Amino acid sequence: MKDHNSLGNPFDHRQSLIHGSACDCHDCKATSGHDAASAEGHAHAHAHTAQAKTEQEALPDSESMLDRAVESALVRGIFGHSDMHRRQFMKLVGGGTAAAALASFLPMDAIKAAVKEDMGPLEKSKLNVGFVPITCATPIIMAHPMGFYERYGLDVSVIKTAGWAVARDKSLNREYDAAHMLTPMPLAMTMGAGSTPEPYIMPAVENINGQAIVLHNDHKDKRDPKQWKGFIFGVPFEYSMHNFLLRYYVAEHGLDPDQDIQIRVIPPPEMVANLRAGNIDGFLSPDPFNQRAVYERIGFIHLLTKEIWEGHPCCAFATSQAFATENPNTYGALLRSIIDATQYSSKQENRKEIAAAIAPTNYLNQPVTVIEQVLTGTYADGLGGVQQVPDRIDFDPFPWHSMAVWILTQMKRWGYIEGDVNYQQIAEQVYLASDARKVMKELGYDAPEAASRNYEIMGKTFDYTQPEAYVKSFAIGRG
Amino acid sequence: MDRTTTEWNISLNMRAALVALVLLVVGLGLWEGLNQVPTAGNTAEMTEYEKLMGGVEDTARVPPPSDVIERAWEELSNPFYDAGPNDKGIGIQLGYSLYRVLAGYLLAAAVAIPVGFLIGMSPLMYRALNPFIQVLKPISPLAWMPLALFIIRDSEASAIFVIFICSIWPMLINTAFGVAGVREDWVNVARTHELSPLKTAFQVILPAAAPTILTGMRISIGIAWLVIVAAEMLVGGTGIGYYVWNEWNNLDLTSVIFSILMIGVVGMLLDMCLASVSRLVTYEE
Repeated sequence: MKDHNSLGNPFDHRQSLIHGSACDCHDCKATSGHDAASAEGHAHAHAHTAQAKTEQEALPDSESMLDRAVESALVRGIFGHSDMHRRQFMKLVGGGTAAAALASFLPMDAIKAAVKEDMGPLEKSKLNVGFVPITCATPIIMAHPMGFYERYGLDVSVIKTAGWAVARDKSLNREYDAAHMLTPMPLAMTMGAGSTPEPYIMPAVENINGQAIVLHNDHKDKRDPKQWKGFIFGVPFEYSMHNFLLRYYVAEHGLDPDQDIQIRVIPPPEMVANLRAGNIDGFLSPDPFNQRAVYERIGFIHLLTKEIWEGHPCCAFATSQAFATENPNTYGALLRSIIDATQYSSKQENRKEIAAAIAPTNYLNQPVTVIEQVLTGTYADGLGGVQQVPDRIDFDPFPWHSMAVWILTQMKRWGYIEGDVNYQQIAEQVYLASDARKVMKELGYDAPEAASRNYEIMGKTFDYTQPEAYVKSFAIGRG
Repeated sequence: MDRTTTEWNISLNMRAALVALVLLVVGLGLWEGLNQVPTAGNTAEMTEYEKLMGGVEDTARVPPPSDVIERAWEELSNPFYDAGPNDKGIGIQLGYSLYRVLAGYLLAAAVAIPVGFLIGMSPLMYRALNPFIQVLKPISPLAWMPLALFIIRDSEASAIFVIFICSIWPMLINTAFGVAGVREDWVNVARTHELSPLKTAFQVILPAAAPTILTGMRISIGIAWLVIVAAEMLVGGTGIGYYVWNEWNNLDLTSVIFSILMIGVVGMLLDMCLASVSRLVTYEE
């Protein structure tokens, strides 16, 4: 039981740093001798709580807990978050030697003091974080079963939300302290497009890529978008990358998304059902529903959105400006756990383990094989082929200001916002690149120095310094 | 020859039960028989593609009753498990829904019955308020949800408010109608006996209007139970509506059918409760 402690001694090769004390992932269930059936989950949690208590007695004060957290973070950083390598190494050289060696070239005490000063006591440790059950939310979700929140002293309930409008409303209601959102949502909420204006911040992107255009099996011969006139498409929300990418894609092929095709807002599971019924011809939706449509033998994957824009942002981790100002330390700890979880998710070797951890009813409630195909990128395309695209979905927390600027240009282009838009100012206010950079560096990850860059989208360059000219440059558009 | 009729001496109830049973068996048999899994080939020889597609079965089908019964057994044998905020047993989910329905419903009754009484007793108020009631009554309860979320700023309270707003109208209208319809001579008799207005209301009008009021209450609970499922699908969190949504999100029809049956059973039980109450207040003229 001892080796299921998220604050385990990082210099001890017998201890795992991956699994938290309330972990109910497959491995932990198996090792703790419980049946993996969900019915046992309850008893399992109890066993872990009891165990967590004894751990706390062993590490009584928060100071030593924090020391341990810093050591863990550093050691994890050194070993690139590969727990297996760390354990092998510690076994080889011995924990004491490694600790001494580390202390000789890193000012451990100074770092610990700096972190303590920086974090301070948590204003609030019980938090509600909302998520919509799609693979884009992977870091927010997996941080729960895999103990990333606990590692930073937080007791987070991850709460499943029925849709984006509800996620927005529950966030505005303060029922959620923070939530999984679509990257355009905090921008829209801050500007008051589609809701009352309230300043929202987005200190981390959840995932990049990870969407696809799926068509009904009947359209296997219509791979050229020019043949799509009159098609009906589903997207999950107006203020979504799905909507903007689909519009961009068809417009580049000469179709006007408002005239030549129909775009409907439909919740993803309903999209699959509607596709089966022949009500819609295709959709641009989040996974696992693209893969689910293939798995259900209804549709095929026409293209992955990474082919439209390699590395496009999709979902976000967002919270209100007010929450961050009122609870700076809690906000810091939450951001650390999210960025840590996002970086962990981006590693290919962890993806299978993550798929197993987030598939159960309490999280995504989907067949493991579907989630696995999405996360590992080895998937059936619905056309009889097996594709290998490891970065089909990827996780990168850095919220580039230029991403926000691009989103704003598309909102302007399609008439979601009107008049003069102060692109750079809104981008800086909402996408907190500096917060993300600070935390990423602290946790030992590389972070870009710049906050903006240009993108190549379907062969066309987006110059973030000239947003208004970019909007005007399109033949099809409302703006 | 004409003795055959006497030999069929089994009661009508028994015969009805028998017919119902036969219909059930035939219905389930057809459902089961028409939805069999096509016999799969040798699973050991699946290609990688087939493995990723979850086997060789190629068309989706409606789950047969045997699957539903199996799922029902799984769920009902452990109805109160709690595995985190998004995974709770069917008993807990139904409990949340019942709590919301009863909270909203009792609030509505507390408002609708006194107000309905006043409207029924005063022809002036009846006519003055009628246009408002007629406009508000046909609004779909779910249409209130966005407004409720915005104003109340709490999803739990919003769900209860939606139940409140949908169950208030049938009770209000029926109470007013029942009170207004109390026979003139009974009220006149009360007047000649010099009963106070309060006494008249409680001893004469209330008993006379009770059956109509109870009918309104029975319609309301039915509507409230219809609405809670949709409301919970919208706001999520807990409850039987959330359960349906969560299983729908997984496109798991077996669980959806099972939950539909549970919603039906609970709705029937609620209706039976109010039916037995209304039998208590009926009287012979």
